[in-house]
Amino acid sequence: METILFLAHTEADGTLAPAALEALGTATSLNTSLANARFIVGLLGENVTPAAQQIASCGAAKFLGVSGADFAPARYASDATAAAALCQAAEATLVVAPATSRFNRCLPGVAQRVGGRADTHVTQVRATADQVSVSRWYYRQRMEGTHTRTQRPWFILVDPGTHPAWTGAAATVAVEPVAVTLEDAAKRTTVTGFRTPAADAQTIRPDASLLLVAGAGWTKKQADGQTHVPEAEQLILDFLRLTRASLGSTKSLVDLGGEGQAVLSFLSHLNQIGQTGATPRHPKGLSTCCHGEEPHTVGWRFINERRAISLDPNCSWARGKADVLYVADAFAVMRKVNELLAA
Amino acid sequence: MSIAYQIVVCGSIVPDPLQTLTPVTGPTGPGLKNEMMLPAWLDPWAGHALYEAAHLAKNQPGSKVWLVSLGPKAKLQQVMMTVAQKVPFELIALDGAAGGFTDAAETAAALAEAIAALPGLDRSKLLVFGGWESASRGAGATLQILAEHLGITDVFMGVDELKVEADGTLEILERIEGGRHQVSRCSGAPAVLGWATGNLPEPKNNPQIGMTNMRGVMPALQKARSVTVGATGVTFAEVVLPQQQRQTRIVKDAAPDDIAREIVDWIKQ
Repeated sequence: METILFLAHTEADGTLAPAALEALGTATSLNTSLANARFIVGLLGENVTPAAQQIASCGAAKFLGVSGADFAPARYASDATAAAALCQAAEATLVVAPATSRFNRCLPGVAQRVGGRADTHVTQVRATADQVSVSRWYYRQRMEGTHTRTQRPWFILVDPGTHPAWTGAAATVAVEPVAVTLEDAAKRTTVTGFRTPAADAQTIRPDASLLLVAGAGWTKKQADGQTHVPEAEQLILDFLRLTRASLGSTKSLVDLGGEGQAVLSFLSHLNQIGQTGATPRHPKGLSTCCHGEEPHTVGWRFINERRAISLDPNCSWARGKADVLYVADAFAVMRKVNELLAA
Repeated sequence: MSIAYQIVVCGSIVPDPLQTLTPVTGPTGPGLKNEMMLPAWLDPWAGHALYEAAHLAKNQPGSKVWLVSLGPKAKLQQVMMTVAQKVPFELIALDGAAGGFTDAAETAAALAEAIAALPGLDRSKLLVFGGWESASRGAGATLQILAEHLGITDVFMGVDELKVEADGTLEILERIEGGRHQVSRCSGAPAVLGWATGNLPEPKNNPQIGMTNMRGVMPALQKARSVTVGATGVTFAEVVLPQQQRQTRIVKDAAPDDIAREIVDWIKQ
């Protein structure tokens, strides 16, 4: 018999983020599929009551919580202590949690601490009456594997955007507190703040319906033998402003910036998509001035509809990686696109 | 206050990203077709960790960098010929599997044992670096498990910046959701940092550094301890390549205005 613990951390307002609700959807689905399973919710954060009320009708037999000011910041030592305490209090054999940066940081260590194992970046969870299997990607989204595990507790960190979110009515529910005392050694680190680009410079928008990728071609010499980097910047920023798209970049373009060349000033390594960058999830993606080589397009694994603008009709996008390849000058096309969008 | 850190970088090898990878299933589970024949690189994020370690060591006189690398000895030797020319380090080699289908917990246990056995290890000066994820397993789990083995409770993942303040505290920037960074201040070593890309470019090859490093690399490879790393308790049902091959429509010789109209219609759908 499996004991499923849905483990989540609260946001600053005490509620659960969409990624947590998606993991909860996975946990409730497991609870339905597995025979004789027990289902428990474990929450950690400064104040877990709003989150518990938000998911009160999820069918959990019990709500456990670790709360207090010490558990507000995303800090390995305190998060790991709280999560381990919740796992032990629940006697969990399966722990389903969202693969947020906070839990990606601490839960693999917690699994080790409680004698279990963790699988991160899980994209699919299947269950029969007596067996659970998970799927995840290997070699930077180049192949997908499905496996089962004998070790317990088994931590399953569900990647955001891969499962439908749980929906249900809020209600009042009692949270059983789990007492956790933090040693001084667990407070050596203090979270002092966050660095966020200014609103108009924030080009990474995970919830956007469109991803625009800028390749190194934007900074190369054009037909007139000159580079047109300021115009490229303006075209891209105008497009982002008009569509609220998220901006990605190829590694080569970002690296040019690191080498001190005059390139698109708003790009950083955080925009990088591909082998050594992100693999974002957006319904649509538009690539511009990029050849679509494999190290880059592995970052497009979870982009559903893909279109590309490139001057090279034989680029990799033409070989089954894009739905549509426009063989054209991206400057000319994007200039007109912006005009139409602004009209 | 200058602190002489003992910086241990954990990093292994991955296949060249331009190679076509095909999964095969053998008697011990899945692997890559012709895995030993594929050209290998130092794992990119581990590479960033190594360059950041060397940069820190340069700025903190008396610091030392070890590179603890678990992989097939022959492949490690091949990769070290290049890596050794980048920055000064002492190699600790472990001869074992470095593929994507091994378990992070087993890798971490082997690495932790090697780190704990380093002569003269002073945990109050210990910084363990690595890539926040590998380009093979991509779990982002090894360093946290390693930290648990070593009893280190200050762990940072997706690190893009580390600053040592005048009082010896560490200011660390970690990537979080939405293109933001979380800023933390840690009272000092020991700590484990899983690096994202950081801010440093790849160092140029330096033959003098290469000569110095190789004097230690070859003996380290020769005495590399054999370790068994697998995926005990894991049963793979399948490992498959994505089948999605798109029927690309190539639009040639169309006017930019027409293309723009089509793109705008598509965006608005």
